[in-house]
Amino acid sequence: MLTLHCPYCGVDADETDLHAGGQAHLKREGPGSSDEDFEDYLFLRENPKGVHFERWRHVYGCGKWFHAARCTNTLQVFGTYPAQTLEPPQDIKKMITDARPGWSWGSFA
Amino acid sequence: MKRYSAFAIARETMRQHTGWDRAWAKRTPKKKYDVIIVGAGGHGLATAYFLGKNFGITNVAILEKGWLGGGNTGRNTTIIRSNYLQDPSAAIYEKSRSLYETMSQDLNYNVMFSPRGVLMLAQTQHEVRGYKRTAHANALQGVTTEWIGPEKVKEICPIMNIDGPRYPVLGGLWQARGGTARHDAVAWGYARACSDMGMDVIQKCEVTAVRQENGKVVGVDTNQGSIDCDKLGMVVAGHSGVLAQMAGFRLPIESVALQALVSEPIKPCMDIVVMANTVHGYMSQSDKGEMVIGGGTDGYNNYTQRGSFHHIEETVRALVETFPMIARLKMLRQWGGIVDVTGDRSPILSKTPVEGIFVNCGWGTGGFKAIPGSGWAMAELMAKGHSPLTEEFSMFRFREGKFIDESVAAGVAH
Repeated sequence: MLTLHCPYCGVDADETDLHAGGQAHLKREGPGSSDEDFEDYLFLRENPKGVHFERWRHVYGCGKWFHAARCTNTLQVFGTYPAQTLEPPQDIKKMITDARPGWSWGSFA
Repeated sequence: MKRYSAFAIARETMRQHTGWDRAWAKRTPKKKYDVIIVGAGGHGLATAYFLGKNFGITNVAILEKGWLGGGNTGRNTTIIRSNYLQDPSAAIYEKSRSLYETMSQDLNYNVMFSPRGVLMLAQTQHEVRGYKRTAHANALQGVTTEWIGPEKVKEICPIMNIDGPRYPVLGGLWQARGGTARHDAVAWGYARACSDMGMDVIQKCEVTAVRQENGKVVGVDTNQGSIDCDKLGMVVAGHSGVLAQMAGFRLPIESVALQALVSEPIKPCMDIVVMANTVHGYMSQSDKGEMVIGGGTDGYNNYTQRGSFHHIEETVRALVETFPMIARLKMLRQWGGIVDVTGDRSPILSKTPVEGIFVNCGWGTGGFKAIPGSGWAMAELMAKGHSPLTEEFSMFRFREGKFIDESVAAGVAH
């Protein structure tokens, strides 16, 4: 079973305590954006076989949303971090680079 | 190609079965093809088959990184139905179901199509209203379905407990002409027919790059060398995102794991397919006597072809309430497949931003039923540039907001 560390309450939560919330770090579009931008924001998704960043909610715990860096090919978890950020923290990126040199995801690498 | 027949069996019996040919030829790639299809699963092989049969295009290679039909074609629960709400869906799935009826004869290969009837259970008031609506829509679309009450459900499927405390059976949407088929045989039959038309079915051939010049596809690089082509069809289900990335565009698709399991074989007890969508439990009995059970998808992206244990538990727990007699069955095998899910839970059969590349994906959790119809439509799209069956299924429909919203229509299952 997938186990993720909740960065808020510090619990190592089982998958059954969590709710998957899809891709993380979406750029939210507003008035004045083009149709392409909205398509991007609403429907197009990163779907890598490898390093992926996701939103999760500790739904049967503290109830808070957080982000996880995970490999979709091996189910390895690189780390979790609070959701109030526009990009993954340096230590998480470094951990990924150690495990998967040359990785890239969206505009991150 | 030698035809399979009762006479052929008798003839081979006389000579210890030494005269059977390989069903399809083992080939190495040529330098160039008119059309390359990536993915030798059901959809890819059906696409190639109808390119040859309907349009005379036979200079075709079908590339498969693993083994033939070893992905979702060999992992599904083999349900065939066409009781969809939206018109474009009903059109392509009904085309598909009707092609299944004659597939064994068309391919000279027994795909064991068994139109035993598919019953979608209504276990909430919401589902009752939804399925009545679907039955009316199907009547207008020319798809034969009917709404039946709980007594009729009990009559068709006596092993069902219709007064469950949590999920009572309030009725069902019954499609008598739906059913099952042997999934491997569908892939094998198409591969044999494609090979017979002179197409190359190439296994263990993984595409590593898509080559383009001036926005047009010119070929692919593979682990068996470079191959040129005029047109490229991507029919790779769960790995569509990976291939699209090679070609330089994005798809509105996420790949998740879907699981199934089968029980030990028991005597015949259920001669229809039952789908309980509220609880994500789908069950039928195979000819060998195993109860074939399908569940729901995991919520997160995954390429590992194995899913979360708790989903199996949820599925089985719910089914045990509706089918108390399965409570003491042992489960023999459990497995997972990677399905490609779109935002509106409808497939994508479409041109792409790259000229000459066509994509057939997004069948999500219900692609097996669509194999022949999808191949028929995709072949027409690739040969002529348009097809009445694929018009609504463009990958650009999301930008325009023209969804084919089966996620709302079906409640959950597709």
